[in-house]
Amino acid sequence: MKINPAKCVACGNCTYVCPMGAIYIDPQLQRATINRDECVECYACYNGLSKEVLPPSTVRFVRRTLANFRVRFEPEPDVCPTTAFEPDQLEWPRVVRRAFSDPRVPHESTGVSGRGTEEVKTNDVTDRVGIGEVGFTIELGRPGIGARFRDFQEMSRALAKAGVSFEKNNPISTLMTDVTTGDIRTDILNEKVMSAIIEIKVPVERTEEIIRIIWDVEKRIPTQVVIGVGVRCDADGEENLVLPILEKLGYNPQRAKTNIGLGRKVIRDLTNAAPLAQPKEMVNA
Amino acid sequence: MTNTLHRYGKSETFVDDYIVFSLPAKSKAAGQTGDALAAQKRFMQIAAEYKPASLGDALHGGSLRPTKSKSIFGHWGKRNKPNFKKVLEGMSKAGTMAAVFDSRANAEAFVKRIKEEDLGLSVNISSSIENAKNACKHAGIPRHSIAYSLGFEEVGDNTPGKQAIMLSTMCGHGMLSINLAQKMMSFVKENRRTPKEAAETMARFCSCGIFNTTRARRILEDVRVGVK
Repeated sequence: MKINPAKCVACGNCTYVCPMGAIYIDPQLQRATINRDECVECYACYNGLSKEVLPPSTVRFVRRTLANFRVRFEPEPDVCPTTAFEPDQLEWPRVVRRAFSDPRVPHESTGVSGRGTEEVKTNDVTDRVGIGEVGFTIELGRPGIGARFRDFQEMSRALAKAGVSFEKNNPISTLMTDVTTGDIRTDILNEKVMSAIIEIKVPVERTEEIIRIIWDVEKRIPTQVVIGVGVRCDADGEENLVLPILEKLGYNPQRAKTNIGLGRKVIRDLTNAAPLAQPKEMVNA
Repeated sequence: MTNTLHRYGKSETFVDDYIVFSLPAKSKAAGQTGDALAAQKRFMQIAAEYKPASLGDALHGGSLRPTKSKSIFGHWGKRNKPNFKKVLEGMSKAGTMAAVFDSRANAEAFVKRIKEEDLGLSVNISSSIENAKNACKHAGIPRHSIAYSLGFEEVGDNTPGKQAIMLSTMCGHGMLSINLAQKMMSFVKENRRTPKEAAETMARFCSCGIFNTTRARRILEDVRVGVK
């Protein structure tokens, strides 16, 4: 991402909007400036800010004049008043930043937008995590911290050492040069991303061991780790295998994503489906 | 990915927060057949009947989106309202389609209806464990699989700024910065914006439309009066 200095009026709105805090007003230039090493190319500034096309020179004059009277020119907090953000042509290896940070950009390797895979969200169709198995999603970088691929490598190496196998369709797995060691290609190790997920599957009895490995690695890397634990429920819809293990480790899970089991191999043919009554007013009050 | 899973907060803070989303199994190995997009359009049309707080298409955005204006007054005062029609009409490719509910009754009624529709799509509820369990019970569905969030390892109940994290993590892709959440909290405290305005400002950054403005308003009301 780049900011066109001819358009920027240094209003400062974008400095709050950047999830990485990588945008600042340069006191010498008097323009918003991006710290490119910290920027993860998430496009939150470009996609998230509303846009106006006010004339930059006029806005700068008004700002300077008002500032003399201690009055502040203040556009709406989610507006770039001069549409100063412009996408950059990204090349390798920087392009991986965007692939893992901008949720609207699909990974070529998986075809899935975002930073991971479908995990247990489609388990009712894929049977990816079976009875007696645990699917871990180990996400680095949240909330609003970011992570570099060397951090992911630290985690993947530790897991590989424990003999686990990585989900082959996961974007991080596709960037490994050796899945048996967890090594990630060296040319991207310094690249920073918003967050990404390492996915593995192990037998239930290895749950505690894996969590302890994650705890150990977490102490050595300068980012946050957030763990998701995916399991198959029994025929009654209950899950009493893994939760007791998590509780023994001191966790008290509050939130979960529950697959309610409505997925089928064949999606319903709606050719003759009854039409739905459309609400007249679709704009919520 | 896990964008709906790791919302920060205790179970009781999800009292008005139910994300119900559908998706097809995309991998060839899954062997799923049929018109997923048509089924997802029906899923979202039905969701619109149950008074959602938001609808979201992961590819094109939610019911509140950034706007463009050529006028200096274009963004003063009146801003766009949540527009469900735009979400429904913009759906062009099967993916993750989400409906966010702020009422238990509406969420549970929607889940029951979707079960009856038998669309064949995978449907997930992202909320507190209890909320999802109750919705399944109401619809007479045994849960198939569950993904527990173990939370942020270093964020505790007494972490300063935890309400900013609660707001910011409502966009699980991280598009809503903690700095903007804090700025909106300050704006509400200073009475420069109402909680509703501040919540809608933040919602425009959530690119898949799962930001819950009702929960955000409640958090911001707490912030205004100093409730931790």
